[in-house]
Amino acid sequence: MTEKIGVYVCHCGTNIAGTVDVEAVSKWAGEKLAHQGVVVSRDYKFMCSSLGQELIQKDIKEFGLTRVVVGACSPHLHEATFRNACKEGGLNPYLCEMVSVREQVSWVHTDKEAATEKAKALIAGGVARVVHNEALEPLRVPIHADTLVVGGGIAGIQAALEIADAGFHVYLVEREPSIGGHMAQFDKTFPTLDCSACILTPKMVQAGSHPNITLLTWSEVTKVDGYVGNFVVSINKKARYIKTEDCTGCGICWEKCPWKVTDEVFEAGMAKRKAVYVPFPQAVPKYPVIDAVNCAYFLKGTCKACEKFCPTNAIDFEQKDETITVQVGNIILATGYDLFDAKRIPQYGYGRLENVYTNLEFERLCNAAGPTGGSIVLHDGKTAPKTVGIVHCVGSRDQNYNAYCSAICCMQSLKFAHLVHERTGAEVYNFYIDMRTPGKGYEEFYQRLLEEGTHFVRGKVAEVTDFARTPEEEGKLIIQVEDTLIGKQRRIPVDMVVLSAGLQPRHDAKEVGKMFGIACSSDGWYIERHPKLDPVATMTEGVFIAGCVQGPKDIPASVAQGAGAAARVLGKIQQKEIALEPVRASINEAQCSGCRICNGLCPFSAILFHEDKMVSEINPALCQGCGTCVAACPAGAISGTCFSNEQILSQIEGLLLLNLDVKEAAAA
Amino acid sequence: MTAKPKFAMYWAASCGGCEIAVLNIHEKILDVDANFDVVFWPVAVDAKYKDVEAMEDGSILLTLFNGGIRNDENEHLAKLLRRKSQILVAFGSCACEGCIPGLANLSPVGDIVHTAFNTLTTDNPHEIYPRASFDVPEGELHIPRLANVLRPLDLVVDVDYYMPGCPPESHQIAAVVDLVVKVVKGEAELPPKGAVIGVGDSTVCDECPRARNVKSITEFKRIQDVAPVDPNLCLLEQGIPCNGPATRSGCNSRCPNAGTQCIGCYGPAEGVLDYGARLIAAFASVIDAKEPEEIERILDGIPDPVGQVYRFNLAGSLLKASAEAWKAK
Repeated sequence: MTEKIGVYVCHCGTNIAGTVDVEAVSKWAGEKLAHQGVVVSRDYKFMCSSLGQELIQKDIKEFGLTRVVVGACSPHLHEATFRNACKEGGLNPYLCEMVSVREQVSWVHTDKEAATEKAKALIAGGVARVVHNEALEPLRVPIHADTLVVGGGIAGIQAALEIADAGFHVYLVEREPSIGGHMAQFDKTFPTLDCSACILTPKMVQAGSHPNITLLTWSEVTKVDGYVGNFVVSINKKARYIKTEDCTGCGICWEKCPWKVTDEVFEAGMAKRKAVYVPFPQAVPKYPVIDAVNCAYFLKGTCKACEKFCPTNAIDFEQKDETITVQVGNIILATGYDLFDAKRIPQYGYGRLENVYTNLEFERLCNAAGPTGGSIVLHDGKTAPKTVGIVHCVGSRDQNYNAYCSAICCMQSLKFAHLVHERTGAEVYNFYIDMRTPGKGYEEFYQRLLEEGTHFVRGKVAEVTDFARTPEEEGKLIIQVEDTLIGKQRRIPVDMVVLSAGLQPRHDAKEVGKMFGIACSSDGWYIERHPKLDPVATMTEGVFIAGCVQGPKDIPASVAQGAGAAARVLGKIQQKEIALEPVRASINEAQCSGCRICNGLCPFSAILFHEDKMVSEINPALCQGCGTCVAACPAGAISGTCFSNEQILSQIEGLLLLNLDVKEAAAA
Repeated sequence: MTAKPKFAMYWAASCGGCEIAVLNIHEKILDVDANFDVVFWPVAVDAKYKDVEAMEDGSILLTLFNGGIRNDENEHLAKLLRRKSQILVAFGSCACEGCIPGLANLSPVGDIVHTAFNTLTTDNPHEIYPRASFDVPEGELHIPRLANVLRPLDLVVDVDYYMPGCPPESHQIAAVVDLVVKVVKGEAELPPKGAVIGVGDSTVCDECPRARNVKSITEFKRIQDVAPVDPNLCLLEQGIPCNGPATRSGCNSRCPNAGTQCIGCYGPAEGVLDYGARLIAAFASVIDAKEPEEIERILDGIPDPVGQVYRFNLAGSLLKASAEAWKAK
């Protein structure tokens, strides 16, 4: 055996040693795998510590190790650490192989004896594999300095501004006609009660006029190719039917437009807009869009009132969708959330009982620019409510709907209670399961509400009904709830009910995630690279997430994540080039018969076909080592570095302890 | 006469096509006779097993062994000829990878016998089945005992060279005969042990003259259901599952030239570990559909997947046999 292999098994404190007899595994590897080249096998409390790493480096020098196997945690966590340790010790980093004894053994088993045996098998697999590892050098590619930010809510705006202010170009893509997101719909923000629009619109204006930001509203990303540093993104600019270069945003078109449509998006169904519209007065950009689905001209072929009255001839009914392609180095996804559909809980009466509102509808009701000019009134549009019930956790913390806490509903409900108090003097009941106020100034806000005289009923609302049992319930909405603090069922008649519907992932989060190559958790939120230490990065290099796409969060947290993601992107841009894993596929020209099965498969378009030689070739600069073509090649002419047949088959043989048996049989 | 090197050829579980292919080299067969002393070749010359047993070990220079190992007689002869031969060639698809007889590895041996002795045309009212030994007035009769599964030659004995094909093409046989004759005369050297000989170094596609494009398949069809078959276009692109892309070259793409799909008799190309797995992956890769139901519908166009992708290769594949057949009592 020509290779000299060092095996290191980590205790990881008790993380591994609690379930695996680490010493026994290390001793076993030293004895039973010696014939395969293992010259030293050690166990150590924390291999990732500097002392653990020095152990490897010392052995590389002392024993002349040519291969290293570390049995510890998942490669995601410490592969870089141990590769670097080997590099420092003078060994090519790719000659180091990690075996996941923690994630694949100790964390998933309880039987110590069986777990120890499994750990041995995994180590044997690693040893058999590492023999076939090749010394490799990372590939260096330049990073494109432009960035794509998807989603123009507060998180996306913040991220775009941070990057643009640093001097780099940003494409900010928004699906709706204006940026602003959910925050633009709110009236006040908790706990300080600043006007949401007052603090948001300056940022929107900044984003709209920033020389380094290309604003693409009414647009959607349709395709993403490439990889970190070099993404090629196709964006569909939906037809606005407005010549933006001529439009001044004067507003005559929507004034003259005779067609009214219920605005389901910005006004949450609470008000009407015209067929040509800007969603709200402070919209950025100022240009309207024509809603072709509801426009009389598109429906019936006549009208064109907007065109007739437009002073700058900016209306263009012939406009078509346009696909543009941009090249960017990094991507930030800040596509936000959808509101939980309160109709899914029929016993709360939403959609059936007048005067039952969702939180977003109530925001519009409170908003000075909203349908009632900010006065909180009942469905009839004039009567102020005398009593209002606010229900927390609608669709959240509920095994039937979403098990998670939506994080913002308690504070939002407190804010609503305050606004009702302030504007109507009505009596307010808040129905909560637990009061969660963990942010800065949040608990103080709760105290303020207690002092204002809001009634707090601890209990999950069973039903909202208009079926009166007593004369005083007549004409009211009755909230049936178990008050768990007094241990009694209560029926509380109110005039208005506000359901604090929870936050949930965008309905198309899964497809969008797939397009950008990132995964969703079982709840549907995008998965961060590390839940604590890397919350804005994803497992896909160069794709970052910010705001509610990652999970429910309030405005300060979304802003912080937007800025955090921007900082990560700026860090990448400043590096100017990036080291890519040298995991690449290559074609053995002699074995390739040019059958062309692989040609259409590469997601990175890295495969070229040479018509003259009738062979295919892989461009290593484009190849990302995904392995699709390797698996598909019927002639076995394509192989992938780090995943060669020898490596995989040897690893399997090692796992099955086949080599061990052969050796022992021979000895016997 | 005795100065000539000795030649043997044997058939185990095979159809006899390989013997005919050897004779089909026409006048070249005279070179065999001129340069070799044919000591054992049941289909062509009269010799008894005991004659072979009596030979000195290693006294035969070249043995072409065709057929897989299905019973204990096959196994005995394989081991015997291995001992007596300097060069043992797994000759033809059966010896290399099991071929058609290897498809029986899907069924337990009892089922095979039962089927054979109870076919539509075979009445077997007394449930008479072959037995390994049988007493008759003249004494005890023995017939070979069937093994659980058919094994390619190299799972039973050490093999020096492989020559695939069902049967190997005559021009390839002639070329190998030429080579061995030259080696005997000291004019050439043998290829390294374990080599696949009498073949090309790529796949059938490499020899196929049909035009090829980027593939995207929305339907797999049996060739008889395609009308008309475009004579100049890649068959796979026409939805006809052609095994050419994974099959070793050497036949000059005979079947595609004749207007029909390659069925894979030359076995896996160099670098292909499991022929069927490769082909399935390749076919699946070029299916143009996203919905699971649509993919199912397209794949249903291949009614017999094992017969399609493991027709020649099942016994030599990673799987080798069905678990039922492997474990049968």
